[in-house]
Amino acid sequence: MKKGYFGDFGGQFIPELLMPPLLELEQAMQAILPSEAFQSRFTAMLKENVGRPSAITHCPNLSRDLGLDLWLKREDLNHSGAHKINNTLGQGLLAKMMGKTTLLAETGAGMHGVATAVAAAMLDMKCLVYMGATDVVRQAPNVNRMRLMGAEVVAVESGTKTLKDAINEALRRWLSDQETTHYCFGTAAGPHPFPTLVREFQQVISREARQQFLERNNNRLPDVVVACVGGGSNAIGMFHHFVPDPSVSIVGVEAAGTGEPGCDNSAPLNLGTDGILHGMKTKLLQSPQGQILPSHSIAPGLDYPGVGPEHAHLHATGRATYVTINDAQAINAFMTLSRREGIIPALESSHAVAYAIEHCAQLKGKSVLVCLSGRGDKDMAIVDSIL
Amino acid sequence: MNPMQSKIEAAMAKGKVALIPFLPAGFPSRDQFWKELEQLDAAGAAVIEIGMPFSDPVADGPVVEKASLKCLEDGIDLAWIFEGLKARKGSFNAALLLMGYLNPVYQYGLDAFGADCAAAGVSGLIIADLPHEESGFVKQAMAPHNVALVPLIGLNTSLDRMRLYAEDAQGFCYFVSVLGTTGQRESLPERIREKLAEARSIFTIPIALGFGIKHPDQLASFAGLMDAAVFGSALITHIATGHTSTQFMEPWQ
Ligand SMILES: Cc1ncc(COP(=O)(O)O)c(C=O)c1O
Repeated sequence: MKKGYFGDFGGQFIPELLMPPLLELEQAMQAILPSEAFQSRFTAMLKENVGRPSAITHCPNLSRDLGLDLWLKREDLNHSGAHKINNTLGQGLLAKMMGKTTLLAETGAGMHGVATAVAAAMLDMKCLVYMGATDVVRQAPNVNRMRLMGAEVVAVESGTKTLKDAINEALRRWLSDQETTHYCFGTAAGPHPFPTLVREFQQVISREARQQFLERNNNRLPDVVVACVGGGSNAIGMFHHFVPDPSVSIVGVEAAGTGEPGCDNSAPLNLGTDGILHGMKTKLLQSPQGQILPSHSIAPGLDYPGVGPEHAHLHATGRATYVTINDAQAINAFMTLSRREGIIPALESSHAVAYAIEHCAQLKGKSVLVCLSGRGDKDMAIVDSIL
Repeated sequence: MNPMQSKIEAAMAKGKVALIPFLPAGFPSRDQFWKELEQLDAAGAAVIEIGMPFSDPVADGPVVEKASLKCLEDGIDLAWIFEGLKARKGSFNAALLLMGYLNPVYQYGLDAFGADCAAAGVSGLIIADLPHEESGFVKQAMAPHNVALVPLIGLNTSLDRMRLYAEDAQGFCYFVSVLGTTGQRESLPERIREKLAEARSIFTIPIALGFGIKHPDQLASFAGLMDAAVFGSALITHIATGHTSTQFMEPWQ
């Protein structure tokens, strides 16, 4: 397989001026990541600062309601409230050891921005976050948190004013500041080596979850593993250690938007075609002329017209199945999990929970392990405005 | 020899820096665009770079991005560009180059794209998001149609990477003057001189300097180190404020 590819997908479709920092990053990954100095510090940070291992939680009430055995991997319990922190502490530490002084990030829901701000503060680095102007409004609590921790937040006014445009601006900024700055990419997408690097830091989710599930279930594996897919980082982290287990069904959940035929959505694996954006060949929402289409999801963190290349590959080979959940179904799951289990999920994670709810007939009697990628505090205003 | 190279060398033979203006296709309007091309050609452009508008132009600064997005809103696509160029084939003295991002070209189909370039009199291609590592399949598809993929290099390109690009480069080498996006700069980094000299030692084809150039005075300190100058944002701003391409080209003569 070609370097940086997952089957047909991946690559480094990026301006030449960004190749030197990408090559530098790839070399640092190979030299620094396996080192004792990195591994011992990173493991300690995950334990002491993030609160790992995160719990897996059985949901007795919902299990009874739905007629299946529902388990949650609780990334919402991580410091700063989502899985994103696993990646930012990893990349932040790597960048620090590379001698970089600034962490640059893009963010949609703001969770990655917050997690990068945490990493920068902990590691005594500067932090600069690009965020679409629409998302700055939608996720105001996270903007406040980032600023409180010393990050500079730049509202991006170009294009669709969401995550895709925040990535464009961050890449432009990285072009100029590559000597001092590490681009702390927020998901398992973008040019090589980011999809591999981010998976490396997120695979802790399935490493823990697999072991925890076996311990709690007499050494049995779950029947189904589920995660929501924006760029795909929590999902690839959740899937990684289950991919070699043929008995485990792997399900990724994309956002269908309002769900009407032809509506704006965030489901490139289900509704997109092969193309090239943000440094990777992957599935994209695009016009026949190759212009990128606006995406939509009620969950800002899923609102992206592309997807990480490893998911495109798992989709193409059939090892994982990708389904869609619409905004209303996600809101229903948000309410249901809150009411029945006392857990308020992020709207992104609500898409994964909704899969279990909507497909309970088909999942009858099965054990279903859902990645609860983040907590829902940030989404209260969105949900209030709808109900 | 690729027409881009011969046109640049013709300017060099007259002791001049060859001029390479950039304009997004369909800017400032569908009709006016073709008139601007005629003016640029008449004013002595060696190569004319025509932008293929893309929704997500990460290598471009605000001026080019805004112009490109306006063209997209006006419905400009590759079919429109090729149709217009085919109708005017043979009427330009300058060599023609298409510049853009990979996805629209990929969706058009690489072979169809190459064939339409040939039919429209286009002899060069710049893809801003296609580094050497990924470029093989594009070069292969363009070769039968004699369309050259112009390499972009810059201040952070090592000698080793320059060598990779130089191996099969045709037309000219595009040296990006800044670590950053397209757009006017008040001054250009002094470091350029040293890197241009390196590029000179490796490329046998002409070298063009681009990004951030708005006036011929800026080029004086690079005399002898480069053969052509590319200007985009300055020209776009000039046209957007109601001036003509002919006026823009005057001080460069
Ligand atoms: C809580 C939460 N879950 C999921 C996502 C989706 O991102 P990814 O697919 O990279 O995990 C986000 C993105 O912001 C998020 O904040």
